[in-house]
Amino acid sequence: MKLSEHWLRELADPALSTEQLADLLTFGGIEVEAVEPAAPAFERVVVAEVLSVEKHPEADRLNVCQVNAGAAPLTIVCGAPNVRAGMRVPAALVGAKLPGIEIKLAKVRGIESQGMLCSALELGLSEDASGLFELSPAATIGASVREVLDLDDHILTTKPTPNRGDCLSLLGMAREVAALSGAALRWQMPAAITPSTDERIVITVEAAADCPRYCARVIRGVNAAAATPEWMLRRLARSGIRSISAIVDVTNYVLLEMGQPLHAFDAAKVQGSINVRRARKEEKIGLLNGTTLELSPRHLVIADDRQPLALAGIMGGEYSGVTATTRDIILESAFFAPEIIAGKSRELGFGSDSSHRFERGVDFAGTEPAMERATQLVIQLCGGQPGPVCEAKGELPSRQTVKLRLARARRVLGFTIDSNTAMSILQKLGFQPRLAGDVIEATPPSYRFDIAIEEDLIEELARVYGYANIPAQLPPAPAALRPCAEARRSPAILRRTLATLDYQEVVTYSFVDRAWEEDFCANTSPIALANPIASQMSVMRSSLIGGLIQAVSFNASHKQSRVRLFEIGRCFLNQDALLQPWRVAGIAYGSASPMQWGRVERPVDFFDIKSDLESLMTPQRVSLQAAPHPALHPGKSAAVMIGDIKAGWIGELHPRWQRKYDLPTSPVLFEIDLSVLEGRELPGHREIARFPAIRRDLAAEFEENVQYEDIITELRRNGPAILRDVTVFDLYRGQGVQKGKKSLAFSVLLQDTQKTLTDAEAEKAVAELRRILQEKFNAKLR
Amino acid sequence: MQDLDKLVAEATTLFASIDDADALEQAKARYLGKSGALTESLKGLGKLPAAEKPAAGARINVAKQALEQALHEQRERIAERALESRLSEESIDVTLPGRGRGMGGLHPVSRTMERIEQLFRSIGFDVADGPEIETDFYNFTALNQPENHPARSMHDTFYLADGKHLLRTHTSPIQIRYMENNQPPIRVIAPGRVYRVDSDATHSPMFHQVEGLWIDEHISFAHLKGVLVDFFRRFFENDQLQIRFRPSFFPFTEPSAEIDMSFGDGWLEVGGCGMVHPNVLRNVNIDSERYQGFAFGLGPDRLTMLRYGVNDLRLFYENDLRFLKQFV
Repeated sequence: MKLSEHWLRELADPALSTEQLADLLTFGGIEVEAVEPAAPAFERVVVAEVLSVEKHPEADRLNVCQVNAGAAPLTIVCGAPNVRAGMRVPAALVGAKLPGIEIKLAKVRGIESQGMLCSALELGLSEDASGLFELSPAATIGASVREVLDLDDHILTTKPTPNRGDCLSLLGMAREVAALSGAALRWQMPAAITPSTDERIVITVEAAADCPRYCARVIRGVNAAAATPEWMLRRLARSGIRSISAIVDVTNYVLLEMGQPLHAFDAAKVQGSINVRRARKEEKIGLLNGTTLELSPRHLVIADDRQPLALAGIMGGEYSGVTATTRDIILESAFFAPEIIAGKSRELGFGSDSSHRFERGVDFAGTEPAMERATQLVIQLCGGQPGPVCEAKGELPSRQTVKLRLARARRVLGFTIDSNTAMSILQKLGFQPRLAGDVIEATPPSYRFDIAIEEDLIEELARVYGYANIPAQLPPAPAALRPCAEARRSPAILRRTLATLDYQEVVTYSFVDRAWEEDFCANTSPIALANPIASQMSVMRSSLIGGLIQAVSFNASHKQSRVRLFEIGRCFLNQDALLQPWRVAGIAYGSASPMQWGRVERPVDFFDIKSDLESLMTPQRVSLQAAPHPALHPGKSAAVMIGDIKAGWIGELHPRWQRKYDLPTSPVLFEIDLSVLEGRELPGHREIARFPAIRRDLAAEFEENVQYEDIITELRRNGPAILRDVTVFDLYRGQGVQKGKKSLAFSVLLQDTQKTLTDAEAEKAVAELRRILQEKFNAKLR
Repeated sequence: MQDLDKLVAEATTLFASIDDADALEQAKARYLGKSGALTESLKGLGKLPAAEKPAAGARINVAKQALEQALHEQRERIAERALESRLSEESIDVTLPGRGRGMGGLHPVSRTMERIEQLFRSIGFDVADGPEIETDFYNFTALNQPENHPARSMHDTFYLADGKHLLRTHTSPIQIRYMENNQPPIRVIAPGRVYRVDSDATHSPMFHQVEGLWIDEHISFAHLKGVLVDFFRRFFENDQLQIRFRPSFFPFTEPSAEIDMSFGDGWLEVGGCGMVHPNVLRNVNIDSERYQGFAFGLGPDRLTMLRYGVNDLRLFYENDLRFLKQFV
């Protein structure tokens, strides 16, 4: 809420500077977000009366004016179109400093001008440069314009927390200032106005729980076209409220002053009695903001005998609103229960100053005083004869006594707040505290909706006492060591391993384009958001692949020829249940190694990434099973297996997606379940074989469809017992090898744990291996 | 016998003049070879009278040793020179770049999250995790935010189309899940992604939070201040760092505070905190008369910006390598 500092100080005026006042509130729990001067700095600008206006002899558009600025008449040349004799305007005297300019004695087309008559723009008061800023005819000639317009004021922007609806008014803020600073609260509840008619309104409250109190009064014979006085306009403007008409301005003024939303109906448009009820199906209302709303029983309305006239507590109806020709009004002041207003503005897509307050809680003891205050102002501005206040009253909220144990306050806050201090704080807040031993009983006032339990009172003590005055202490804690599982690799370790393997971590959005789910996961029913921020962020990802591809594409389009990224994050799967597994994914695009000398550049391939994956998963052994995946090239894609568990996928991006997602070459990528990566076995010692090992090579030709992993597994499983290790060291196709076949060369390590092997034993073992290759894989030995 | 001395002198001079290993071996043959000068002298011994033989033999031996010594020294010299010349030929431009794979790095926000974890682990906090798709109960209700409470208007929430779930708006639901499964004393932090319907220069619809919770019999507001002031000073490695606490409102804590950190001439909001609301403890069946404690929520994105001087939050989610590589 924006408010005028001067207005606030009229109600409570502590001996504090503007800045200190703002800090007092901020550290008392009502944040002051901004403090701005009401007008930019300028000086030596006074109220002047234009005595005469004559055409400038040398210039068509200029006038030469004689001006009374309080002393001897001045001659001032003026180009404003609206200048006329008799008007009062701001005159910047010689020596005046205005925003951006300094006024000097100057000749304008041969005539000396002893100052300048000012527009609102020239004073920095508004953007209006159309003519002179006309002041009230009552403004004292020669007086400083800053004083006349109260420009040395400041505008405070406050941001009370949602539980402090009572601070959405000048009165509420003044109460806080008084409680926090000790300054006196200068406020008298408005006295009842003696009615001059006895015209009563019949009020029926059907929805008694939604509207525990409804007051209305007729005021006959108002001048709805009356002008709103400057002081009121100024205060409204400083709170950011535009002037509508005198009567509406009064309701807004009282809303700002007392926090009580009011509404005025044109009495001529109201037929019969007033009924506060839930709307009926198929009822409609055209609101003051121009929208037409289809009503339902979820809405509370103010209706007459024929139709809904207003959306209770939120906005008045267009039809029954006050216009310049309105003669008689019905003024409404009510207490609507927070529950019936809360959430409605979110639902409707618009709120109002009124709904903002009702949903937070309005002082239910202020309904009638606000009515009296508004009546007083309407009569003052527009005249009229008020009728009696008619009231329908149901069950108002109650204010229960809350107990505060000082010992509990001490324990929660961590320091001793003595009973005198506590009593004085609660007294200042209007809680009528009573001390009995170590317990204070306090009853919150009707304007506070946030005090129901002991903690609420402890909080009040803490904030008024000042958080800064509470000591900061380190708590004692048991020195028990935390468990530290060695067989678990944390994401932090995996991150560092991936970074060492030349992958850069990225963070991509968890909500993605629906097309990514279809393309990369063949997922046609992804988990969708009801209110996505954009269509390309409308479904939850079931894979990290899309985000990585987009990140590669983004960087490729920024001239990065080699991009290697990884992400660790959750994916979201809608299977039988909603699953949210953590995954790790990596992607490599461009050349296999960074550009460097002395090495032939080649594009990254499947086996480069397989090697990275093996390093990442060490000490677990990775085995791959060729299998198709919607994102991947069908001939270069595999499931990653850890034993029998399918841990994830690896492969080259499908050429179709490479084209669609604008990548010059296909990246290679992998995606693995984090839970699988996190586990590892503890290392364990095995005896080192003491006898020398013998190395033999053997090569053989195989059909293309024979897989390396199958060969190795077979040799390991069924080979001779002295086979210690076998690895491939060459893969060859071409001259000397039959077309459609491939030649694999293996290095075999043989070793006996009990004795030194003889050559003969080694040869026998190799012969056994050759036999297996021949028999099981139809290999042609070389 | 003077011949011997002359011979030694002559050979020593000759050896010293030879730079080539093969030529040196040939020169050696002239003195020590089968028909070398010294070998001939030895052969001549037999002709000497028996009484002269030992003395002559001894002299020849001395000469032979002198020759061998000279020869050895020259061999060494030649070998040394050869090595020197090889080494100079083999010298490389050590300033050429190294070869091999490059080096990746962590996302700056990950660095911050890990640092926060490390600091809190150092005083005995556990680290917990929780789902990002949450239910209304864990995200709001259990945290004391009743239906239609204005506090819900502070968080504009992403809801799933199924009408049953939402994307968590804060990491606080992990508090609830952790307290459901653990009894006090509780010391835990919960880092993770959170989501709000908000996107501009200073807001991302997805960002990070770290939730913290300490529940025990006497954990007070004074302790909350102590721990958080300590945290910020350790995190920024600045013992002079000023931290202030401003009264605020969160439905799940009371009293509540916003945390401001001094920055330049002003203050920046870096988190929220407060004493856990008794209703929250009651919701997870913890005796709120016996136990109490504090909770806090930190913004790792904001802390990362302050720590590394990043001025635009959106850079964290653009994944531009030119940006990310600065944090390796």
